[in-house]
Formats: sequence, structure tokens, C-alpha cells
Amino acid sequence: MKVLICLDFQDGHLKNSTQELLTVAGASGAEIITVAFGNGADKISDLGDWGIQKHYAGTSGALAKPSPEAYTDAIHKVLASENCDVVLGSSTTVNKDVFPRLAIRMDGAFISDLTELKLAPFAARRPMYAGKCTAAVNIKDGVKKFLLVRPNQLTISNPKKGRAPEVATVDGAATGTELTDVAGGSTKTLDLTEANIIISGGRGLKEADKFKLLYDMAEPLGATVGASRAVVDLGWVPHSMQVGQTGKTVAPSLYIACGISGAIQHIAGMSSSKVIVAINTDEKAPIFQKSTYGIVGDIFEIAPALTEEFKALK
Amino acid sequence: MRIFVCIKQVPDTETRIKLSADAGKIDEAGIKWVINPYDEFAIEEAIKFKEANPSAQVTAITVGPKARVNNALLTAMAMGADDSILIDSTESLDGVQTAKALAAAIQKEGGAHLIYAGKLSIDGSTSAVGPMLAELLKIPHVSVATEITYSGSALTIKREVEGGTMETYKVNTPALIAANKGLNKPRFASLPGIMKAKKKPIKEIPTSDLGVTGANSAVSFSQFELPKERAACKMIAGDAKAQAKELVRLLREEAKVL
Repeated sequence: MKVLICLDFQDGHLKNSTQELLTVAGASGAEIITVAFGNGADKISDLGDWGIQKHYAGTSGALAKPSPEAYTDAIHKVLASENCDVVLGSSTTVNKDVFPRLAIRMDGAFISDLTELKLAPFAARRPMYAGKCTAAVNIKDGVKKFLLVRPNQLTISNPKKGRAPEVATVDGAATGTELTDVAGGSTKTLDLTEANIIISGGRGLKEADKFKLLYDMAEPLGATVGASRAVVDLGWVPHSMQVGQTGKTVAPSLYIACGISGAIQHIAGMSSSKVIVAINTDEKAPIFQKSTYGIVGDIFEIAPALTEEFKALK
Repeated sequence: MRIFVCIKQVPDTETRIKLSADAGKIDEAGIKWVINPYDEFAIEEAIKFKEANPSAQVTAITVGPKARVNNALLTAMAMGADDSILIDSTESLDGVQTAKALAAAIQKEGGAHLIYAGKLSIDGSTSAVGPMLAELLKIPHVSVATEITYSGSALTIKREVEGGTMETYKVNTPALIAANKGLNKPRFASLPGIMKAKKKPIKEIPTSDLGVTGANSAVSFSQFELPKERAACKMIAGDAKAQAKELVRLLREEAKVL
């Protein structure tokens, strides 16, 4: 078996989400080929740890900046010279643009958001209905698999020291779409889908400005702040912060729900978190039924007290 | 100008999912079916486009069992779509087969100036069909769109990716746009709209006319499971300071997540 893995990296190092994919491929005994794009894709420092045979880097032309279209073209070119049975990536926005197109172009099968994965023999599961249930994924034998795995779901095995792979250059073109601007964004905190600790706020915060209490709490933990649909619909915070069936489905180690009652569509998006803490004034709030620990109380008193406790951990 | 809006019917977000006796699928009894919430943004955007370009013809298109999905098309037409195409299928189709059915139907109609879809459907949430359809029709696509500016055949589209980064793409028609929440505020169907919709044409096409069959689906799902029940929630008593202290102790010593 031969596997192509699309790498994500930051500051010259492989992201954890990518290390999860390398662990899965390594455990299967497959030959591993990798590809990465953008500035620094040819200078990732920890490539030698994973038994990678060959690494393709696309750093110039249309591949210099984010371009789903150029990435698709480039991976298609790599697959033309490397006959891979499986193509693996993390479930990111750009990969969700690229992988479905590749599946069509190469007559393969595509599935995203896997939360469990073994390659030999193939076994995978994923959430359905935004986490209200899960299902096993079956793919017909002999069909090329284009698989996206949700970050933070699989284990990472200790990297082994080894020789850095041969690095080849790949190019890709974008003729239909052009990225004209990239703005904003924070590299300080992880995206909700990658975060290990999430602190979410709901209507119980009473007003938009009170989210500051949650940011204060998140800061010493390096946590990411999320929100319920109710407060997104009220315009307090952007939709990118919404956790739930019409927002993001998350599964951190620790999820702290502040002033969130626990509507079914919110629960769907966070119920597979390892530990859930609910803080709510209403002891009958449904969120407590899904939580590991519960505090009935005033978030405006408890949040500052928790912030002090979290700071003391440092 | 022909505009297509791809819609899908999904269980309402309030639905409590139950499994079939053999856990091979969900139990659909009693489910309230609605238009996928992201598709509502797609419909609204198509209608807004038509309001700005009165010569445009907006066609809602869906794949699914006729008896059920007919309602979704009626709603789309009540909101303002001109007509509909119903690709009647009672089989379970994977993303590739669904995209092939949509592509073949749109090609039969002579192609599209613009295609709108939701960024994902909240049932399977694979985000597959939009980009696949664009690939089959050999047109560009931009997904997760939260803002579209139109200037002749040129579209400027904003979208948000991981970490809150905003990307702006330029694309020329024909193109496919997959809508995110925030793109617009979907209108409610008005009573006159609902009356009018009943007279608007729905063209039915069997999947067999489009060269698509469930047997060709490479991806399928089985062994459904409901989330495991959690142990009873441990309630922490005391004043705020004591509660905070005890919570942090439990998170460290018992749950070991800090």
C-alpha cells in the first residue's frame, strides 16, 4: 500500500493534526509519500522522523499562497507519478475544497471528518448528524480513497529518528480562481476544531461585552473561546465561533459551557468532548445532563474566580 | 441566465436521532424534514441575484424520494425560485453519485451561469457535493462564502477559514458558490408566494435517465451508534471561590485534563 499525506505545518514544524495522520499511515506499514504547499513547505524540520520516502513541496507560483484550485492541480500531478491507494489530509476548509475534486478527477471515493481510522485493514468511523450518532464508513474495494481526518482525534506515536526524505518540487496552476486578499486571523490561539480546551458562552452572559470574562479565563490555559447559536444569532460574536449542528463540531479534552442551557443542536456539536463542565444559574438546564462537572451559580462571580485559579496553575 | 440552487432535505436540527433495529441507519419515523439550513442561504442569494438581474431564471434542484423532497422544492419556489427539478431517487447515493446526477441534469438544461449550494448538509456533513459538482462541470468554485460582490461576470467572494482568517477570491462565471451562515438573511415564504409556488413547474427526472444508480456508490455507512451515556454530573457546591477551587482540583486530579 502506498499513501500520500497532505501535510499542514506551522513555523517549520508539522502540526499535531498531521502527526496524527503520519502515525496512522506508519502503523499500517504503508509506503509514505507527502506533499505540502506554501512558503517553507520544502524546509519542514521534522520530516525525517516519520519514515517518509519522498516529499513534494510546492512553494512558488500559484502555490505560494492559499489556492484550493492550484493545490488540486499539484496533488493531481503528484498522483500521476505516485500510484497511491490512499490520500490523507486533515479536515480543513481548503482540503474540503481539494479532496472532493480529486475524488472526481481520479474516479475515487471521498469522505471527510473521520474520527477513527485504520488503513490495514481499512476501518473508519465518523460522526453523523453533527455528532448525534456515529457510523462506520465502508468504501468499495479497489477504489482510491481520499480521506479527511478531524484534528485532535487520533493518537500520535513517538516519532522515530530517521533520514530526511528526498524533496522534490511540484507546481500547480489556478486559472479559475484567484486569491486577492488574506486578512485577520489569529495564530495565538488554535481554531475551535483543533483546540484542546474550549470555553464557550451562551445567553447567560447577558451581553456581548461579557465575553471578555471568557477570554480572560481562556488566556492562562491557551484555550479557544466558542459560543452557542443563540448568541451568534444575536450578533454578539461571529459565526466562526459557533459550536453546534449549524456551527462547528468539536471534541476537545475539556469543554467549559458558560451560561449555555444545552439545546439539542448545541449538545450535538460538543457531546464527544472528553470532559464537559457546565456553569449555569438554572439547575434544571439540560446541559447538566451531558456534563461531567456542574456548577450552579452566577457566571459573573465564577468566571473571575476560575481565571485566578487557572493563572495560579502556571 | 440560468441559475441553479442545489438543495437537500435533512432532519430538523431539533430532531432526536434514533437508530433502526439493526443499527444500519437512522430510524426516520416521525422525523420533521426541512431544507438544509445552509441551503437556505443559497436560495436567498439566488433570489437576490434574480432581483438584480430580472432576466435570470432560478431553478431549485434536489435529489431524493419524490414523496418527501417535493415539499423542499415548493418552499424554495415559495421563497422565489422560478421552477424546480426533482431527481427522484429512493436509493442511498454517495456524494459522487449525487454530484453526477446533479451535473447530468444541469447539463441537460444547457448548463448554468451560476450554481449556489450550501457549504454542507447537516446530516452527513461531508462537504462533498458542491466541489464535486463544480469539478464535473469543469467550473471553478468557492466554498464557505459569507459575502459576494457581483460585477458583470466577475464575482468577489469572501470566506472565513480556520483561525478567523478572511480570504477574498475573484472568480468569473460560470461558477459554483457554496454558502455559509452570514451570507444573507433568508426570507420567509410569504402566503402569496406559497400560493404561487403551487403553480410553478417541477420537472421530474429519474436517476436512470442520468446514468446514476445507488449500486455505483463507493461509500456507504453502517453500524450506527448513539453517543455513550455519561455518568451522572458531579455537582460542585459552595460559594464561587470554593466552587472554582474545587473544579480546578477535580479537573487536575480526577479528570486529569489540566
